[in-house]
Amino acid sequence: MRHLMSPLDFTTGELDKLFDLANDMEKHMERYAHICEGKKLATCFYEPSTRTRLSFEAAMLNLGGQVIGFSDAASSSASKGESVSDTIRVISCYADICAMRHPKEGAPMVAAQRSSIPVINAGDGGHQHPTQTLTDLLTIRSLQGRLSGLTIGLCGDLKFGRTVHSLIHALSRYDDIHFIFISPEELRIPDYITDMLKAKGIPYEEVIRLEERIPSLDLLYMTRVQRERFFNEEDYVRLKDFYILDMAKLSLAREDMLVLHPLPRVNEISVEVDDDPRAVYFKQAQYGVYVRMALICTLLGLA
Amino acid sequence: MLNVGQIEEGFVLDHIRAGMSLSIYHHLQLGKLDCTVAIIKNARSNKMGRKDILKVECDINTLNLDIIGFIDHTITVNVIKDGKIVEKRRLSLPKEIKNVIKCKNPRCITSIEQGLPHIFVLADPQKEIYRCKYCEEKYRENHNYNLF
Repeated sequence: MRHLMSPLDFTTGELDKLFDLANDMEKHMERYAHICEGKKLATCFYEPSTRTRLSFEAAMLNLGGQVIGFSDAASSSASKGESVSDTIRVISCYADICAMRHPKEGAPMVAAQRSSIPVINAGDGGHQHPTQTLTDLLTIRSLQGRLSGLTIGLCGDLKFGRTVHSLIHALSRYDDIHFIFISPEELRIPDYITDMLKAKGIPYEEVIRLEERIPSLDLLYMTRVQRERFFNEEDYVRLKDFYILDMAKLSLAREDMLVLHPLPRVNEISVEVDDDPRAVYFKQAQYGVYVRMALICTLLGLA
Repeated sequence: MLNVGQIEEGFVLDHIRAGMSLSIYHHLQLGKLDCTVAIIKNARSNKMGRKDILKVECDINTLNLDIIGFIDHTITVNVIKDGKIVEKRRLSLPKEIKNVIKCKNPRCITSIEQGLPHIFVLADPQKEIYRCKYCEEKYRENHNYNLF
């Protein structure tokens, strides 16, 4: 029995299979509409995350399965002091597969150790959010046609951004990748990531301004620069506009560049960009459903 | 000078930092073994000023000394057979250590889950980096990790 704890749990070969399946589901939804009939997904969300939970639930419903679960710790037995280990042993009696989000890092791994059904980590604190990374990879592969030979710009909060760190690790397994990190000094990519890239011989650049390198990108992954991350208000005010993508900045980019964002977006991408064909962040949310469908089928041994 | 008799078969752990011998006794779970153990505390040492020594009389195949490699790899491990030192064993870093140090990350599941062992895994043998199995927080020696 397999679980999904980290995006690196699958080899690149296994990911190719998963993404092929997701693409086939995208094209032939009707073929998969009953594949999970009689199966139940438990969404155990110890902290609210409407987007991720609904994406999992939509995925299971698309496959003809059913969904049970809870959407915050207050409505679960955790409020009575039940451990994760005990909860998952009970959930294992009720459902066939479980997606778990928990504010404590490593909680889904504890669940996986005690579970008799596959457990998917649906986000554990600031640690991992593997289905977001799989979503990002599927979006890139589907819309750019490949995961190798890409120049990828990551923009915004690169210091604390969990999705960014996971994506870099996941992409660093492919050939001929070139990263361009675009962030203010305060929110630079951590050393342990750049050390990993150096060790693997993967080229990267660090720049302050988005305009500098946007013309060379195949892909721009935007994240939010949050006010509370700055030491003082002046720096925030001085720098925040550097990291807002608007049409003026996008006009410098290539016609085939893609703009991705894990969402929710606040103001880091102007709404005027939304109608540009390069803005694919809402398609990305759709790919999130396909990849979760493929994942559920794969972990249930139905694919 | 205190005299402690020779052992026929077992281990002499020498050059233990003064005061650390009871911790090593605990982590080697010597209390559970039915063997003779001598704990010498604060012995004079030319090299260290003061040191601790542990003498354990036991079958040399019964004791797993990996954990000492994690606690202090500078400890000298003399393997004794027939009353003589037959080997000075080099200590290696254990791949996994269980309930030796506690994860200090307040966001880690180990901070709330009852009965969960604290497990650290050797993430980088070259740089001697251990990470919590659950949250992957790096173990930092100078951060006063609680020993069990």
